[in-house]
Amino acid sequence: MGNSTFHLASITKKVIMALVGLFLVMFLLVHLGLNFTVLILEGDREIFNKAAHFMGTNLIVKIVEVGLFGFLIVHIIVGIVLQLQNWGARPKRYKKRATTQLSFFSRYMIHTGALIFIFLIIHFSDFYFKAKFTDLVPLITYDGKEYHDLGLLTLQKFKMGGFVIGYIIAFILLGFHLNHAFQSAFQSMGWNHSRYMPFIKKVGLVISILIPLGFTIIPLVIYFSEAYSV
Amino acid sequence: MNITLEIWRQKDAKSKGKFVIYKLNDVSEEMSFLEMLDFLNNTLISKGESPVAFDHDCREGICGSCGLYINGWAHGPAHLTTTCELRMTKFKDGDKITIEPWRSKAFPVIKDLIVDRSVFDKIMQAGGFISANSGAAPEANSIPIPKDNADAAFDAAVCIGCGACVAACKNSSAMLFVSAKISQFALLPQGKTEAKERARKMVAKMDEVGFGNCTNTGSCETRCPKGLKLTHIAKMNREFITAKIVAEKST
Ligand code: SF4
Ligand code: FES
Repeated sequence: MGNSTFHLASITKKVIMALVGLFLVMFLLVHLGLNFTVLILEGDREIFNKAAHFMGTNLIVKIVEVGLFGFLIVHIIVGIVLQLQNWGARPKRYKKRATTQLSFFSRYMIHTGALIFIFLIIHFSDFYFKAKFTDLVPLITYDGKEYHDLGLLTLQKFKMGGFVIGYIIAFILLGFHLNHAFQSAFQSMGWNHSRYMPFIKKVGLVISILIPLGFTIIPLVIYFSEAYSV
Repeated sequence: MNITLEIWRQKDAKSKGKFVIYKLNDVSEEMSFLEMLDFLNNTLISKGESPVAFDHDCREGICGSCGLYINGWAHGPAHLTTTCELRMTKFKDGDKITIEPWRSKAFPVIKDLIVDRSVFDKIMQAGGFISANSGAAPEANSIPIPKDNADAAFDAAVCIGCGACVAACKNSSAMLFVSAKISQFALLPQGKTEAKERARKMVAKMDEVGFGNCTNTGSCETRCPKGLKLTHIAKMNREFITAKIVAEKST
């Protein structure tokens, strides 16, 4: 994919970044919804574990999952190619630079992106791969059927201060990333319209605050609340 | 006022180039920035040194040939202003002013502060034109054009091709320039004949000559002396995407 990506038209690459990015935002919202169920203690994390089980076994979800990984990889590769070309487009830098711009965080997309990627690797090895490929996740039985107790794993992790801090930092970075990304995606697809763009920018701002807030509120509640002792 | 200038000097395209410091006294506030450089050059010539080469022609903000990176700003610190329109009132006694050429792989330095912007012409040749019958100029009012479209096309057509958008962009992207040139035609009936191919061809040329990719940062918009906007880039993207989607399979 690498070499041919270099040869895609610049706007094609932008549009790919935009479409794939928006899909990933949608996934984030679904994931966030699922995460909130971990706060429901009733039935010993039953709802969360069953939801996680559904996500891990349902055929349609599995197909979407393949697409999701594919999209994530596309987003990363195209993002890196764009960045390499952009660095290459100015071999000699300015000595003195005063910058103005409309979107501050657009300068740091590669940096926030790279750090989020590191978080994702840790995240996958903590939860996803563990449940998929190892026996390290404890089991729990509901109605005579065994489930991975990912809820327990989550609660344990969120009782660890260092983990919680790292988690929060990752989502602040994600917020920065989204802050530029959302409105930028619409601009890339040519949907910058005088009537709707101000609204889209506001939605982008709200999303870039609410998604990280939603994700980080969960570990904070678990960490500070006695109700979630494990 | 007395100022210190730090200017990029480069003998020709092949030499390495370096910054040289010049002290310049008795600069008048009334001078334009380029007159200040003329003044510097006169003193250099009288000392037998080679004058600083810089591009200029109209000196009234319409030709697009001037363009200097002044104290970190494309076209200097003033807004909606070309380098030639910049006045020394923007500076004060004792200031140090750093002057650099536009920096971009696609704009190689020819000498000192002059860069080669002929790639812009190549992009225009790729699609920045309309087809018209030769002969006498057609009656201007024979094709009705809505006032809004005419105005919007004019807003795009004010681009003078100075290249400040490229210079200011952290990616050296030429999207604002190309989008201005595409928008001005896309909005008018005269531009429809080539509309399908224009965006695709001009963007292909833009990519080929080594400009970076747009990250919707919007530095270009803040530095463009003619007030071109990111909405023009969105318009170009729309043109490009539609052209890609409707294009027939090439044979
Ligand atoms: S878009 Fe603005 S900055 Fe870019 S070349 Fe045209 S006039 Fe200059
Ligand atoms: S010299 Fe013509 S625009 Fe500055």
